[in-house]
Amino acid sequence: MRGLLKVEPRLSSPWWLGAVITFSSIASALALGGVFLAFMGVSPLEAYAVILRSALGDGYGVSETVVKAIPLTIAGIAVMLAFTMGLWNIGAEGQIFIGAIASAAMVRYFPSESRAVALSSMLAAGLWAAFAGYLKARWNINEIITTLMLTYVAMNLLNYFVYGPWRDPAGLGFPITAPFPDSARLPTLWGTRIHLGIVLAVVLPCVAWVVLRFSRWGYELRVMGENPRAAGFAGMNYTRNVALVMFLSGAIAGIAGMCELSGLQGRLQHGFSGGYGNTAIIVAWLARLNPLAIVLVSFLMGVLLVGGESLQVIMRLPLSSVMVLQGLILFFILGGEFFRKYRIRRVGAAITGDMEREER
Amino acid sequence: MEILVPILTAAVRSGTPILYATLGEILTEKVGVLNLGLEGIMLLGACSGFSVAYFTGNAWLGVGAAFLVGAVMGLLHAILSVTFKGNQVVSGLAITMFGTGASSLLGRTMVGFTIPGLPKVPVPYLSDIPVLGKVLFDHDLLLYGSYVLVLFFCWFYSSTRPGLYLRAVGDNPRAADAMGISVDKNRYLYTMVGAGIVAVGGAYLSVSYTKMWAELMSSGRGWIAVALVIFSIWNPARAVLGAYLFGGVEAFQLRLQAAGTTIPAPILMMLPYVMTIAVLFVIAIRQGKGIIFGAPAALGTPFYREERD
Repeated sequence: MRGLLKVEPRLSSPWWLGAVITFSSIASALALGGVFLAFMGVSPLEAYAVILRSALGDGYGVSETVVKAIPLTIAGIAVMLAFTMGLWNIGAEGQIFIGAIASAAMVRYFPSESRAVALSSMLAAGLWAAFAGYLKARWNINEIITTLMLTYVAMNLLNYFVYGPWRDPAGLGFPITAPFPDSARLPTLWGTRIHLGIVLAVVLPCVAWVVLRFSRWGYELRVMGENPRAAGFAGMNYTRNVALVMFLSGAIAGIAGMCELSGLQGRLQHGFSGGYGNTAIIVAWLARLNPLAIVLVSFLMGVLLVGGESLQVIMRLPLSSVMVLQGLILFFILGGEFFRKYRIRRVGAAITGDMEREER
Repeated sequence: MEILVPILTAAVRSGTPILYATLGEILTEKVGVLNLGLEGIMLLGACSGFSVAYFTGNAWLGVGAAFLVGAVMGLLHAILSVTFKGNQVVSGLAITMFGTGASSLLGRTMVGFTIPGLPKVPVPYLSDIPVLGKVLFDHDLLLYGSYVLVLFFCWFYSSTRPGLYLRAVGDNPRAADAMGISVDKNRYLYTMVGAGIVAVGGAYLSVSYTKMWAELMSSGRGWIAVALVIFSIWNPARAVLGAYLFGGVEAFQLRLQAAGTTIPAPILMMLPYVMTIAVLFVIAIRQGKGIIFGAPAALGTPFYREERD
């Protein structure tokens, strides 16, 4: 080897490196995204100014950002749990739909049992995801594809209800259900649209952190995620945990759907979730599967989402424009991960000289 | 028979974008790289293909542009997953997000435009065969291109030296490396070409099938193709079967709606997705009975030249 640069694995990464890489990845993604926007004929400075001003510029903006961060945090915890075990549940979007459909069904058919709404949404979405977990555990069917296909099924199921039997007769033909009665709504706080779901978005990450960090089960999940073979030798039951974790993951995502429905929107409608389940995947990944970091990252993503809506209104850009930024952030994080795991060292001139002498 | 011909013809036409995407992904997976970004690549292909076709007036330039754009996305995936040894699932998801966003942004000024698209070129003699002639040989050249590609790949994988190398890299990169085959070069090349073919599938959607651009127009076909790769057990000939089956469901469902069926549209729209799961289930059962599966052994795992197993 004549090269002066050598790539070698790090035995340990310094604690600050992860944070530095995350922030420099986001910064690079914003920079490159700006170039891309300029190339599309959109002024990047104006676009970023719109995003920041609308999401953080005043109290209302911040409260809207928090409103977006609530379902993102909950759904982020849901996918994080599966990812920790090495299960790729990328169908949180569908599980959110199912949670919302189940809550709407409860409100519609059992209006007096409003306390059972949360339970039914968890159960329905949990079972929905556990189906993919069962297929994975029993038949080794790739969960990436099944969870995703189930998302499309859930989306069409939602459309079936809002265009069909549950459509509000007073809704002027729009694909929406009748509004929930007040007894089925979560209370909102501080005169904003922030609803009681925020309690879950704070409590859930803490519980997840404690469980994953300090409990025996959490330890087992992490071992199974990093080395399923070793976990098998240690007598950990992979099959049972696949089904269980998928159930929990789906149930938590379902709760996110329930909160969004009865906390914010108050009625089921076409295009109900707006991609929270998919954004949650980035959230979990950006947070390096750390439950507490998920809260912070969700807030950052909330800024992007609120900003995206303003871009649509003010600059007439498609709503999915911010997906460019989301994709770029992921690219940079992936690239940055390499520098966290490996280091590039200059190989000393003396050694190179020795090698050359030997070659002669 | 008379009723069947239009449905089968429609099945072939709506199956073609999925077929291209499946063929491209089979190529990528055979060399050991898992690219889950098909949905985004198809959208970018559809968008860039349409815009070039619209502004140059030449549909074939559009198809070429789509291939190039796809190859660039493949290059990105290869850099992240081969050189940086990143997580291929996340990289694929990132490509899907980027592609979805970028195509919406790029295409926002072209919504509502239409192009003449590709002319129909009936194959002489073959198109005169009853039923089959109309179904298979009365289309445009881009659709025939998928037939050629299927035949080419069947021959390429089984009977050529580069095809053998490609399979070696996908099945046992260490052995391939010891034979003097460059694992990284092969993975870069076929990830790029594979993504290019996927993008051509997207371009078929906008340039030939609908002759217009619509945001999110691939509507999950990229993901169906990912599932079809497994369905076809990495065999290009079986990919044809799978793609037309899905095309058939799509065409059948559209026709049922047009005929004023009482089954609500969203229920029919679930069919392809439910079928994907059903197909995977059937394969898994057969696999459980000891039928050989044929997945590239090193699929989705990065290759570290310096490390030992």
